[in-house]
Amino acid sequence: MTAFLRQCLAGLRVLLVLTVLTGLVYPAAVYAVGRTMPDRADGSMIEVDGQVVGSRLIGQPFDGDEWFHPRPSVAGDGYDPLASGASNLGPENADLLSTVEQRRAEVAELEEVDPAEVPPDALTASGSGLDPHISPAYAALQVGRVSQARGLDEPTVRGLVSEATTERELGVLGEPRVNVLELNAALTMLD
Amino acid sequence: MSPVLAAVFQVALLVAVLAAVHVPLGDYMAKVFTDTRHLRAERVIYRLGGVGADADQRWPVYARSVLAFSFVSVLMLYALMRLQAHLPLALGLPAVGPDGAWNTAVSFVTNTNWQWYSGESTMGHLVQMTGLAVQNFVSAAVGIAVAIALVRGFTRHRTDRLGNFWVDLVRGTVRILLPIAFVAAVLLVIGGAVQNFAGPQEITTLDGAAQSIVGGPIASQEAIKDLGTNGGGFFNANSSHPFENPNAWTNLLEIFLLLVIPFSLPRTFGRMVGDRRQGLAIVAVMASIWTAAVGVITWAEMRGFGTVPQAAGAAMEGKEVRFGEAASALFAASTTGTSTGSVNSFHDSFTALGGGVTLLNMMLGEVAPGGVGAGLYGMLVLAVLTVFLAGLMVGRTPQYLGKKIGRREITFVALYVLTMPTLLLVGAAITAGTPALVEASVQDPGAHGLSEILYAYASATNNNGSAFAGFGAGTPYQNTALGLGMLFGRFVPIILVLALAGSLARQQPATVGVGTLPTHGPVFVGLLVFVVLVVAGLTFFPALALAPIAEALL
Repeated sequence: MTAFLRQCLAGLRVLLVLTVLTGLVYPAAVYAVGRTMPDRADGSMIEVDGQVVGSRLIGQPFDGDEWFHPRPSVAGDGYDPLASGASNLGPENADLLSTVEQRRAEVAELEEVDPAEVPPDALTASGSGLDPHISPAYAALQVGRVSQARGLDEPTVRGLVSEATTERELGVLGEPRVNVLELNAALTMLD
Repeated sequence: MSPVLAAVFQVALLVAVLAAVHVPLGDYMAKVFTDTRHLRAERVIYRLGGVGADADQRWPVYARSVLAFSFVSVLMLYALMRLQAHLPLALGLPAVGPDGAWNTAVSFVTNTNWQWYSGESTMGHLVQMTGLAVQNFVSAAVGIAVAIALVRGFTRHRTDRLGNFWVDLVRGTVRILLPIAFVAAVLLVIGGAVQNFAGPQEITTLDGAAQSIVGGPIASQEAIKDLGTNGGGFFNANSSHPFENPNAWTNLLEIFLLLVIPFSLPRTFGRMVGDRRQGLAIVAVMASIWTAAVGVITWAEMRGFGTVPQAAGAAMEGKEVRFGEAASALFAASTTGTSTGSVNSFHDSFTALGGGVTLLNMMLGEVAPGGVGAGLYGMLVLAVLTVFLAGLMVGRTPQYLGKKIGRREITFVALYVLTMPTLLLVGAAITAGTPALVEASVQDPGAHGLSEILYAYASATNNNGSAFAGFGAGTPYQNTALGLGMLFGRFVPIILVLALAGSLARQQPATVGVGTLPTHGPVFVGLLVFVVLVVAGLTFFPALALAPIAEALL
């Protein structure tokens, strides 16, 4: 038993030294490097008229016809960064099924399209609940409504959509996506 | 480019990078653990720690050092969480409750990183940095140390010495994990992962809503969480959170980090035993199982089987648009094939087949390629079992790398193989058989509910840490029971592995005869894959048939 206690004491001292190294020095060093690119290290914040309106990485709630709408979110009451997370409902869950069907009807009615045209990302909640992106298909679906509400012509709005679109990195990574906050911020810049 | 083609190239790119990196990294790690000299920085650590670095330890002493170090780690982490309210950078968060702190302390020390809590609303920056992230480093280094000790059992002869735990621990941390993690963390910051010490930033959104954006030392924690196959997210949403994993190339970088050490260690093994083909055989087994898992999960998710995915048009519930199905499936196969448990999408909402494979992946004992260190020692134990079974078939004394597999060795192997399934099935059965516990924790009805229970216990006892997160694990009972599952699931196998290493090292090398099964060719690779699948299949088929298989068929 005394042998074990001696080992524990040694373990504690080693742990303390390694805590300083990996728990303080290491994050501080990464922090120091990050200061050379504060824009990124501080959350890629986005400004409109000198006012910080959010992070381009964190989705925001938008409703109202003049905005592009994000995906459904179950983070808190929707897009709450203090409560990131997913629904965790299974593929056969009856509640989730009726939620999806209800969302399909709502989106189809709002965008005045055939329910079959509503893309999957408009019907499902993301993993983080903070997904900043929608699919190009869901963006395209909303162009008509947003143009009308803002009195803009559709090609202009479509141009903004393609500016807010990122293709697959290196041509193969992930999926094409449209950043909703960047897109909506670009819309307000037009005014 | 079509999504399918892009998915294939995405995997191919990852495989190419891993294939290129595992050779130099594997060789480097072999050098680290056979180097006779200490770095000056390491000598300082040994002096401050008051440990002798030049005497090798017998296996019981090595094991005692592992346990002692882990024991004080649990105490320290528990204390940090219980005292959180009085510490700086706590962001005004209260102390963590006793059962929750116990669960989390055990979880991070055992390299599990099961999380019953939401990081953003439970842990302040100081606890994350000096408690959780530190354990991400050292628990990974413990895993590597144990694997290296087992390899020494094969390389050493007629000795009772396995090496020095403190030296292995410190070298693994200082020479392997720290430099890679630093480079990776900087790359993550370049990609947009946050690294600051700020509190929540209150902003007014474009549409006039209030939003509170949480930063923190995220990139540094993210890098080691993946590299050390730990998996504990800074945020509840883990690597699906845009601040942890901002885009599709950081996503691939994180998957690379999960896999790079586990896929390089077989090379280290081959180097140390002086026959690189031995390492190649092990990595071939790991790679074939991993590839099969990636293939099946990707196929299932992209096809979107099941009622809800069909109704929505795709299996996008719980997945991020920037990753899509393919990059989510690749992450899922890699995180459950290693013992990581970080997620970039939520497995509970996967198709029954895709989610079932993630569960099966853990039930294989996480050897494809497994957690850092744990994957290699797990696979080597199964290789010993394979050699033994092959020996029974041809009636020769089985031997592996010149060591006879006798009664003593096979006893340790058998106990190792039985430990995790026993803990998993007994734990899951108690919850599933107690209505009050089901009531308290299980979210989905029917077969999927049983999947949630099995997944929780598979995750804990395999030290994975991912979850079918619909399972409400934050109750005092589950915190305690899962904590015990993690503890025994980690340290019982470690003790058995070290005992096995001790008994191997004592032997003198046997001569290789014509009847000796070669352990490098495709025959052995095939046999070993077969054994991995049969051991898990026989153990878990009944449970799987009642849960994901039933769900997929209904």
